[in-house]
Amino acid sequence: MHLAYPAVLSALLFCTGLYGVLARRNAILVLMSVELMLNAVNLNLVAFDVWLSKAARDTLHSGQALTLFTIAVAAAEIGIGLAIVLAVHRNRGTSDIDRLRDTAEGHEDGTPTDGAADEKAEATA
Amino acid sequence: MTTTTLAVLVPLLPFLGAVAGLLLGRAAPGFVRPLAVLPTLAALALACTVAADQGGGRAVDAHTELTPTGSVPIELALYIDGFAVLVAVLVAFVAACVQIYSTGYLRDDPRYPSYAALVSLFTSAMLLVVYSGDLIVLLVGWEVMGICSYFLVGHYWETPEARAASIKAFLVTKLGDVPFLIGLFALATDAGSFRITTVLGTVAHGGLHHPTLVGLLLLCGVAGKSAQFPLHTWLPDAMAGPTPVSALIHAATMVAAGVYFVARLLPVFEAAAAVMVVLAVMGAVTMVGSALAALAQDDIKRVLAYSTIGQLGYMTGALAVGDRGAAVFHLLSHGAFKALLFLAAGVIIHAAGTNSLAVMSRTSGLRDRVPDAYWTMTVALLALAAIPPFSGFFSKESVLGAAEHAATGHAEHAPGSAGWIVLVAGLATALLTAAYATRLWLLAFRGRGAAAADHGRQPLSMTVILWVLAVPSLAFGGFAYRSLPGWFDGRALTPTLTTSVLGTGLALVGGLATYGTWQRTRTLAARAPLGAVAAHPEGDAGLVEAEAIAAHEPAFGDVAHAPDPADPGRLLLGPLHRHAADGFHLDAVYDALFVRPVLAAASLVQFLDREVVETYVRGAGALPRLLGAAVRRAQTGNVQTYVSALLAGTVVLAVAVLLVATGA
Amino acid sequence: MSPLTQAPHGFLSPTGVEIAFLLVGLVTFGAALVTVTTRQLVHAALWLVVALGGLAVEYLLLTAEFIAWVQVLIYVGSVVVLLLFGLMLTKAPIGRSPDADSGNRWVALAVAVVAAAALVWVVVDAFRTTWIDLDGAAAGSTKVTGASLFQNWVLPFEALSVLLLAALVGAIVLSRKAKAESAPPPVNGRAVTGSSPSVTGSGIHPIEQGGEHGSKLVSTRGSEQGSEQEGAR
Repeated sequence: MHLAYPAVLSALLFCTGLYGVLARRNAILVLMSVELMLNAVNLNLVAFDVWLSKAARDTLHSGQALTLFTIAVAAAEIGIGLAIVLAVHRNRGTSDIDRLRDTAEGHEDGTPTDGAADEKAEATA
Repeated sequence: MTTTTLAVLVPLLPFLGAVAGLLLGRAAPGFVRPLAVLPTLAALALACTVAADQGGGRAVDAHTELTPTGSVPIELALYIDGFAVLVAVLVAFVAACVQIYSTGYLRDDPRYPSYAALVSLFTSAMLLVVYSGDLIVLLVGWEVMGICSYFLVGHYWETPEARAASIKAFLVTKLGDVPFLIGLFALATDAGSFRITTVLGTVAHGGLHHPTLVGLLLLCGVAGKSAQFPLHTWLPDAMAGPTPVSALIHAATMVAAGVYFVARLLPVFEAAAAVMVVLAVMGAVTMVGSALAALAQDDIKRVLAYSTIGQLGYMTGALAVGDRGAAVFHLLSHGAFKALLFLAAGVIIHAAGTNSLAVMSRTSGLRDRVPDAYWTMTVALLALAAIPPFSGFFSKESVLGAAEHAATGHAEHAPGSAGWIVLVAGLATALLTAAYATRLWLLAFRGRGAAAADHGRQPLSMTVILWVLAVPSLAFGGFAYRSLPGWFDGRALTPTLTTSVLGTGLALVGGLATYGTWQRTRTLAARAPLGAVAAHPEGDAGLVEAEAIAAHEPAFGDVAHAPDPADPGRLLLGPLHRHAADGFHLDAVYDALFVRPVLAAASLVQFLDREVVETYVRGAGALPRLLGAAVRRAQTGNVQTYVSALLAGTVVLAVAVLLVATGA
Repeated sequence: MSPLTQAPHGFLSPTGVEIAFLLVGLVTFGAALVTVTTRQLVHAALWLVVALGGLAVEYLLLTAEFIAWVQVLIYVGSVVVLLLFGLMLTKAPIGRSPDADSGNRWVALAVAVVAAAALVWVVVDAFRTTWIDLDGAAAGSTKVTGASLFQNWVLPFEALSVLLLAALVGAIVLSRKAKAESAPPPVNGRAVTGSSPSVTGSGIHPIEQGGEHGSKLVSTRGSEQGSEQEGAR
């Protein structure tokens, strides 16, 4: 099989995830898009591992081991990420990313209570 | 101990007392009074010893140079002649009296420690001026007095009058001090030394290149310090300070310094006839104008302040006719009776609860409340009016005699015109002086109306001092006029017949005219009730005085005079009264001539700074501010836009790297 | 034999595996596109299942069977479930939500398209002649992977377990903190927070509501976390 097929698929999936990360409002959807990007990387790793192990360049199966590690790390990431999103939602009543603008210059929409909640959210995060 | 050592200790002791008082004032309040009184008394004793040692003989001249100081050497020098020792005795005597009086006068004042220390410092500075044989060292004492007067006049700094008066005193005297300093430098450059003996030697040999210029420059400083026309305006306002401070400034220290300085360097001034005429005119204008103004004042202390200016005019006049013996003689006797007048006025203000003569003239029985002040003030006023045989008579007659001497062309250095100016002005002033002295006495002690409230006996420290000062006021002139020439230049100070008859006659005329007028006007007093009395008449004297000063302007509309139809001065002066009460509008003239131009220049500078310079600054800041505003817009707080920009940049960079790597 | 130096297979010489890979890849890509563009949030999660499952098939086609089953177990089995729970707990709207995409959409699209173009161009340019030989023993069978993992990668593997432990502790800390704030004596978090209407110290309404939900979340998400970590191990 041509290596280009999985490589191109991986690139397209990665960019799809990239679009999702940049365009989605809901934080959980952003996390989904991050999963897509990670999976694209995984596909790349697997494909190149297969290629290199058949070509006797690499006998350690480093690509597949790294894929396993990535999956584990992604699982941990999604757990912590969801916890943060839920903490933010608990404190702010929203999980829309473009409404969390406390770092904005001027910070017009922030009320004192928001500021306090923000601090709390940061502390919990 | 040698005379030199003793003389060094005289200014040093009050200085150390002042330092110790400032350091211990808060920590150990019990030591404040001894630290204030004892060094001054010791200085008095030492000054007397020095005077006895010197004895009017050859001048003691000691000097040491601590370190080389450039082209013209500055030396720590003492120059003690007959003038110096006697003036030092007067200074120490009055200062000791003031310190003892202040322990009673300001006994409840929370700022007494710093006050006493400043008075000691003031005394020390004046003694330094008196004894110093080096002009720069003299200048040090001169300027220390200036700053001390600033602090002391502003002692009641809670009141706006005191604040304004202290700043005015400081600025006006400084205005004179700047040309004074330049004159000193010019003098020392010609003489090659700041030593007074060297300077006088140079003058004697005609080594002075610009005597007129130097003399006029020095006169500016003298006019400022000795409150001579046209720089006298600070002195009546300085009445906002406590009464003992007024006594100290007016009798012995600050204002005496200018006269004493001229007396000491008289040959420098005599080197130019123009300077002597200027001095004569200055003295004549000062004495006549101030006597007229004194006749119109309502504040008892302002009357005395203007009388001080007038008496200083006499001294200046004596100097203008080249007789420094007469000038210093009048300085000594005036020091005694003027200190007495002020301290007695302090007692009266305390007892009456007001400083207004108009209010006192509507109060009866004041002299029974304060008999000590009544009798001693009578003595002092007689001395002021130059009635024989009080001490003021002899000293004033010596001045008039010297003027007559010069007018008739017998003086070697003084021009005859100066003599005539001083003589005429002096005789006119004798009349006016007697008039305002009589007016003061009549209004203060012969009032009719409500009985004065009884606030108990005055403290012993205050009344005893009055009697102590009454002795020299009564007898100093009569006993001294024969022996003093031995201490001075040797010129006779005996009154001459012509001037004595003229002067005393005019004084009697003035006094009787005032009495007659008062007889007519006193009946008006009952019809025009006036009154403003301090809010806490039972407090200590300092508090009562501060409240009286603060109450005068709200009650009468002006610090200087009251609309009192019963005032004999009003009838005597006629249409002149309004102008005299205002000090002949000199303050307004200065306001128009100096204050407003300076303020206008300041606002111009402010305008230039705010509108012109700042415009450039703002313009320079505009571009960065615009850029900053543009950059700020990027800070939306939305993480996604940040990441978008980040990744777009990454892509661009990656493509660029690829293009470079592939060589496209 | 070096695949880079010689190219025995043409660029467009489709074999059966390649056709299958291509078709599944198209499905996967399409599902991913729908995931990031759909306006129904729950549908996005479900389309993500399709995309991740498609990837598992791709792994199988690449003879990496262990990875494929791990993919199914962890992603499809737990991560997506976790995401669905997250959507529910944040009260994501069911049905179409018109504001699912932010105003950043067109910038995002441009960046993504340019990035995709650059990446595809580079990848195709670099690997257009590279050939993977899928014949012979499977490269990713469980035996091979296990041997490799526990012979060569045992130390990173153990380090990874520490990472998972840290994530576990972190999740518990996050949950415990929220609970301690809402109810000081945490005997039974769910009962206490559920019964107490007001919260000490904080007067903000959304926080109170969030607190209740949060306490419920802790138990559910904690168990999910545990199972998912088991799966990862």
